[in-house]
Amino acid sequence: MNDNLYRYLLILGDNSMILGQRLSELCGHGPNLETDIALTNISLDLFGQVRSYMQYAAKIKGGETTEDSVAYLRSERDYYNTILVEQENTDFAYVIARQFFFDAFHKPLLEQLMNSKDETISAIAAKSIKESKYHLRFSSEWMRRLGDGTEESHSRLQNAVNDLYAYCMEFFQETEVEKNMKENGIGADLELVKVSFLKTINEVLPQAGIEYKDIKFRYANGKQGMHSEKLGYILSDFQYIQRAYPNMTW
Amino acid sequence: MVELLENISDEKLKEELLKISDPEIPVLSVFDLGVIRKIDVIDKDVNIELTPTYSGCPAMDTISMDLKIAIESLGYKANINLVLSPAWSTDWISEEGRQKLEAYGIAPPLEESLDAKALIEGERIVKCTNCQSTNTIMVSQFGSTACKALFKCEDCLEPFDYFKCLK
Repeated sequence: MNDNLYRYLLILGDNSMILGQRLSELCGHGPNLETDIALTNISLDLFGQVRSYMQYAAKIKGGETTEDSVAYLRSERDYYNTILVEQENTDFAYVIARQFFFDAFHKPLLEQLMNSKDETISAIAAKSIKESKYHLRFSSEWMRRLGDGTEESHSRLQNAVNDLYAYCMEFFQETEVEKNMKENGIGADLELVKVSFLKTINEVLPQAGIEYKDIKFRYANGKQGMHSEKLGYILSDFQYIQRAYPNMTW
Repeated sequence: MVELLENISDEKLKEELLKISDPEIPVLSVFDLGVIRKIDVIDKDVNIELTPTYSGCPAMDTISMDLKIAIESLGYKANINLVLSPAWSTDWISEEGRQKLEAYGIAPPLEESLDAKALIEGERIVKCTNCQSTNTIMVSQFGSTACKALFKCEDCLEPFDYFKCLK
């Protein structure tokens, strides 16, 4: 049970952590000041949520484990984020589409986790959902603006959606750990999350004039630790300080 | 007077605690902000329950550290417990806090439905902190910190922060 809970916290936390890291790469590189600030603020919110998950995971693991060791000192196969969030900041349309798909999944996920029997998880979810609503509002608005903008912005967003939507069904492929947590009243029912996710997609993408019905889903298994080569590059950046100066603290 | 401090007999301790402010918004004390939910003083132990505003808010670590330093400088032991639930809401900002925000140049949060109108539908209802006009537009949904949005007054042209409603 505790092993499952620990692993479940990593599945939840790693998504926010890797996406937060991707967004932090944009600090100082956003297309304009307001967007730069917005994306890094979203990154900060995600990292705040990650800290809560990792602190709790460290407590469950016990012994010498700390939030930092959980976050920084695992090897690649021991990260359980979905493949979508490790995708690159190819261009602004990719950044927005990745964010939108994640937010459309994250908000209903948190809505369910608010009713978790695990008090810490329900508290983290109740806290995070407020932030997640702002994120979804921001990314949906940009989906509409890019999709309904110029020919250039439209075609870039269409490209991004073609590439990224293909990874989205991984969110809803239930792993053994997620099944166990759902059955114990701790985890979310991913089928219900999917209903909400699709509702958001079916509302926003047509408004943006983006085609998506024919996109074929790709097999992805990040939640079991099977990643694309991109994660390695992210981790080499992310873990650098802790690997170079072990146990360094702020 | 701050209700939470009523049962504390050490005047010096009260005075020091009241000086602790949000490092990002120095005019707001932690009591104005509503992040302190409980204080118990038992002998030389000061037990505090602190609720974060936004999960990633870096101000929380600073506030926690400032409290600890202030309390321990008076010979007490500080036990600061971060409590996530119930989650902080902008309704917890005191009336005095709202006035201080406005005087400092940050428009205080509107209630939830009006906040959505201002942020999503672009209704001109947020009052400019410089000239009080409501002829204002949103420049960016995220401002200098995660809790604020950036607005601009179309009458006096002053840019200003708006503290977003969080519920």
